[in-house]
Amino acid sequence: MVDIDVKKIVAGEFSWKTLPPAGMIEIPTSIEYKTGTWRIEKPVIDQSKCTKCLICWIYCPDMSIKRMFDGGVEVDYEFCKGCGICAEVCPQKAIKMVEE
Amino acid sequence: MSELRPLRKMALTGDEAVAYAAKQADVDVVAAYPITPQTIIVERLSRYVADGELNAAFIQAESEHSALSICIGAALAGARTFTSTASQGLALMHEVLHIASSMRTPIVMAIANRALNSPLNIHCDHSDVMNARDTGWIHLFANNVQQAYDLTLMAFKIAEDPDLLLPVSVNMDGFILTHSVEPLEILSDEEVRQYIPHIPYPYRIDFDRPLAYGVMALPDTYMEFRKQLFEVTRKAPQVFRKASNIFSAISGRSYDLLTPYFVEDADVIVIALGSTIETLRYAARRFRERRLKIGVVGLTMYRPFPEKEIVDVLENARCIAVLDRAYSYGGVGGPLYTDILSTLYKNQIGVMIADFVYGLGGRDLKLTDIEQLFNKLFKSLEVGRFDQDIYWWGVKDD
Repeated sequence: MVDIDVKKIVAGEFSWKTLPPAGMIEIPTSIEYKTGTWRIEKPVIDQSKCTKCLICWIYCPDMSIKRMFDGGVEVDYEFCKGCGICAEVCPQKAIKMVEE
Repeated sequence: MSELRPLRKMALTGDEAVAYAAKQADVDVVAAYPITPQTIIVERLSRYVADGELNAAFIQAESEHSALSICIGAALAGARTFTSTASQGLALMHEVLHIASSMRTPIVMAIANRALNSPLNIHCDHSDVMNARDTGWIHLFANNVQQAYDLTLMAFKIAEDPDLLLPVSVNMDGFILTHSVEPLEILSDEEVRQYIPHIPYPYRIDFDRPLAYGVMALPDTYMEFRKQLFEVTRKAPQVFRKASNIFSAISGRSYDLLTPYFVEDADVIVIALGSTIETLRYAARRFRERRLKIGVVGLTMYRPFPEKEIVDVLENARCIAVLDRAYSYGGVGGPLYTDILSTLYKNQIGVMIADFVYGLGGRDLKLTDIEQLFNKLFKSLEVGRFDQDIYWWGVKDD
């Protein structure tokens, strides 16, 4: 097995020889890809309206709604792509999409 | 060693011989869908499993597309995996063929070569595998039932070689080989175990060390993965030779990428694939009795194409005939012809050459057809050129 430095691959420092065969790479690797840079609009949570129902946490396709110790939620802006699903499903309309 | 071992002879059809080889290879997973003329292979394997002679999961899929997809999953799980198909079945597998090779799964597949629709036809030609020639698989061709058995065993050795990890197909002519009984020599189960011991697939699914499979690669990495496939397929000839040398030490039968016959002093050389090689050799012997210098070359390995070896046997020929049992419609010629043409051009060999398309849909290439063809070659050599570049040999014309 080739020893893979994911950070180097992300930084573009690789050749066909140093990439793992067929991309069979040890996970987690997606942690190195900061997909938050793709975002045009960001979700902003109005914590005063949030009832901690966790529907946004369930629906988020990128696991970018983080559960906090108080049972509430925050957005992980490093990875949130700004799809807006959380704002759409929030029954309290506590999440607004705001232009970056 | 090999001359002391007892002879084990059996009389089997090509399909039965391949199924027997897969059983002896102690495959773990067989996923397949029945299609003529391959059906007997999976029938036999399902019987072996049902009778407890083979400890394997036999999975009948709902289509060939699914069958090969199952094989990929099984191979990634570390199972020794076998399937077989033909014609429309191979065509239905097509997109998965690319995935199997580029995900580096060492699957072995027997292909009972059969024509493609339409018109509907169940008989032999090579249209099915030629459709799959650019998929990154290693394609081997058997000339007879013994070779079909031997190459199936060798296919596991080649596919699972840690330097390669690529799927391998063993091609045998539908009905001509799949349904003809021939006497063949088989290895003992113990010899097969020695030859192809179960070695763990290095990237197998392991919950303690999870890997990503079938990843997405965008423009920044995709081409590097394709370059890997380009490079690894080029290792196949040396892996084949390695597998062949060990096989030869056990069985006393040796294989090379090509099967040159009477080529050393040949003025005219005929190149073909599959069972036709045997008839061509017989005809060549008869021509040699008349002091006509003709040679026959068969390709045991068709993909990757054994360029260097082809040059070695063809460089002194004065006239070359390529026999294609498939055609590339709208193309320059048949698939084997265009491969040979490119190889000759790359090596600055400007010899006279023509394509002979034959045997489509199972049309027999009889000894008389071959003798007419050979006569045509010697006549063309006398004139110094062919009157056509592509002949449809044996087609009814007016």
